[in-house]
Amino acid sequence: MNEEYNLSHLKELEAESIHIIREVAAEFENPVMLYSIGKDSSVMVRLAEKAFAPGKVPFPLMHIDSKWKFKEMIQFRDEYAKKYGWNLIVESNMEAFNAGVGPFTHGSKVHTDLMKTQALLSSLDKYKFDAAFGGARRDEEKSRAKERIFSFRNEFHQWDPKNQRPELWDIYNARVRKGESIRVFPLSNWTELDIWQYIRLENIPIVPLYFAKERPVVNIDGQLIMPDDDRLPEKYKDKIEMRKIRFRTLGCWPLTGAIESEADTIEKIVEEMMTTTKSERTTRVIDFDQEASMEQKKREGYF
Amino acid sequence: METIDKNKSGNPMEGEARGTISIEEFLKKDEQKDLLRFLTAGSVDDGKSTLIGRLLFDSKKLYEDQLDALERDSKRVGNAGEHIDYALLLDGLKAEREQGITIDVAYRYFSTNNRKFIIADTPGHEQYTRNMITGGSTANLAIILVDARTGVITQTKRHSYLVSLLGIKHVVLAVNKMDLVDFSKDVFDKIVSDYKEFVAPLNIPDVRCIPLSALEGDNVVDKSSRTPWYEGTSLLEYLETVHIGNDNNLKDFRYPVQYVLRPNLDFRGFCGKVSSGIIRKGDEVMALPSGKKSHIKSIVTYEGEIDYAYPPMSVTLTLEDEIDVSRGEMLVHPDNVPMIGRNFEAMLVWMDEEKMDLEKSFFLKQTTNTSRTRIDNIEYKVDINTMEQLSVENGRLKKEDVPMQLNQIAKVVMTSSKELFFDSYAENKATGAFILIDPITNNTCAVGMIINKVEDNKMHNAMSLPVLDMKKLGIEPEHYTAIEKAVKELSRQGIEVKVIF
Repeated sequence: MNEEYNLSHLKELEAESIHIIREVAAEFENPVMLYSIGKDSSVMVRLAEKAFAPGKVPFPLMHIDSKWKFKEMIQFRDEYAKKYGWNLIVESNMEAFNAGVGPFTHGSKVHTDLMKTQALLSSLDKYKFDAAFGGARRDEEKSRAKERIFSFRNEFHQWDPKNQRPELWDIYNARVRKGESIRVFPLSNWTELDIWQYIRLENIPIVPLYFAKERPVVNIDGQLIMPDDDRLPEKYKDKIEMRKIRFRTLGCWPLTGAIESEADTIEKIVEEMMTTTKSERTTRVIDFDQEASMEQKKREGYF
Repeated sequence: METIDKNKSGNPMEGEARGTISIEEFLKKDEQKDLLRFLTAGSVDDGKSTLIGRLLFDSKKLYEDQLDALERDSKRVGNAGEHIDYALLLDGLKAEREQGITIDVAYRYFSTNNRKFIIADTPGHEQYTRNMITGGSTANLAIILVDARTGVITQTKRHSYLVSLLGIKHVVLAVNKMDLVDFSKDVFDKIVSDYKEFVAPLNIPDVRCIPLSALEGDNVVDKSSRTPWYEGTSLLEYLETVHIGNDNNLKDFRYPVQYVLRPNLDFRGFCGKVSSGIIRKGDEVMALPSGKKSHIKSIVTYEGEIDYAYPPMSVTLTLEDEIDVSRGEMLVHPDNVPMIGRNFEAMLVWMDEEKMDLEKSFFLKQTTNTSRTRIDNIEYKVDINTMEQLSVENGRLKKEDVPMQLNQIAKVVMTSSKELFFDSYAENKATGAFILIDPITNNTCAVGMIINKVEDNKMHNAMSLPVLDMKKLGIEPEHYTAIEKAVKELSRQGIEVKVIF
């Protein structure tokens, strides 16, 4: 008779995430939800809306705009925030941008550090946020698999993998001193398939770039790059071709490789994912910079 | 060098006789799967990472590019000789990849046709008990590995004790490396009987023993032809079918209020997680500590109202009457209330590098409630190798060794600055568990499992609240409002002060 009191794995994950999100709203003075506009962020944002329904979400959404995001992402971001009544903060490292920093001229490492990591850190300082939600999942990448749901950051926003606070049951330690903060990962236990299933079942809007369509691309060092504005270097311009592609992850357009695909529905995306032979982060150029590069970036304060 | 057949990996749908199941059917089936969380524990060379790598690999969850990297890394730093070193898939952090050991809890995810799994992969060596405790707190089941050549050793006992302390109800003793003892039934039987004898007093309701070879795959996913004498299921089959639905406490309704939602004057909702029990629309509920009663007017979710809710659902409750309930307080059924009190005994695990300071008052977080707390007495420490009780009284502990140190476990008596609502951890994990936070470092310095309430008159040194007597202190009535306000703020921070006007 207990069968009716069993939750499906998705409902259990949803309940866990809502519990985490509410815990942050209750315990911190000034939390923020970081929004990457990707599919995981879209799920996280919906979970926050669910956590406080029928009320409004009691914290803002912040997007760190590297100034190289796909135009469709920016449009989606603004429309979504407006439609669902979010208080949206957009921040960029304007100093670096005005100095001409970009992936083609400075390389992915410098660009990511200045336009993403540094921009994020200075924005967190600027608003004095004491907790920041991120949409990272533990199944994404090996160093993330070891991170707590409430991940303590010192006053320099650094993560120390060897000195993490024990985290037990559903009791989260939210105590920080001035200047310190907690990164909170409510999707820690979700897998990529869980995310897609949830998007499908809940009809969660996502950026159209996830769906296959004929789009212009250039092959740069083995990655299919979609030139999204006129900042594509001259030398590639005559190599643009139309291909039916989609994106498995979204980020800065010169750093995000597309895959050739016919998947124009969520069902087809899942089917492609289940039969594919590459994991999702292989289309992210920043991971290949150096060995254990994500761990390094996390220590420096990037998610 | 063994190579990996890439055609066999990366496609969980293959097992479904691909072509006969559409993606829609696959998704429909997938969305109904439930979730099993399990812990793996073993000593350094028991082959734990190899076993997990095998489960992930054989359940066809590994993607090809990860496998490419694996073949490359195995040649360079692999410790598995001619075999694929599955452990390399798992050891995430750079430092430990170099040391060849797992240094923290890592979480792994895989699914089969019937279930989704979350593995908490925890290290086995002595100094990291705290990581096993961390990884095991949410687990439904624990896999404890032993090496068939060495059998039940001190660490096996320690792991089993910790599993029982955490109240994990299902244990699999995975007798690994059976290939190195020629799949001997006698060896296996001896280990099983040793283990059963040891584990009997630990009160673990469901113990299975499985002979396997993680490296060669015997009895991991499929039953091995090399153990014809073994009548049980393979490890994966057991994981897929073990019934965990009854593990949640469904009889005692406990609803710690997490957040009060007031979007407008007409709506006041109490957000929270159903920690245990079942709540239905119309049920009479009582708020603790006020004792005020009302009825459930609605159970609200984003999707709309529902008729009943059960653990671990996160919902919002509204009440028929306007009664004041804040975060940290609890809604229960009036005929089924938890223990209420400031003094309790508990098993405490010390998690901090810094040793316990008996003079310190800690923050105690239990459900959504935070208070200040003090450790009044350490009744005994547990020698986790032998499970013996060490105390000053029985001469096993010297007075100066009483304060707890990292990885030590003790039975303690504690006093909280305000009343707590709790159950024994054995009855109800959600309301019997707590963490202690060091007020200076903010570190989670200990975790505890409540055993029982202690009556005030039984306390060694009953804590009396600080008293502010206005008249005695010569404070004029015009300051009373300000003092009341300050006392209220202190109480919010968990410090109770008694005021006499």
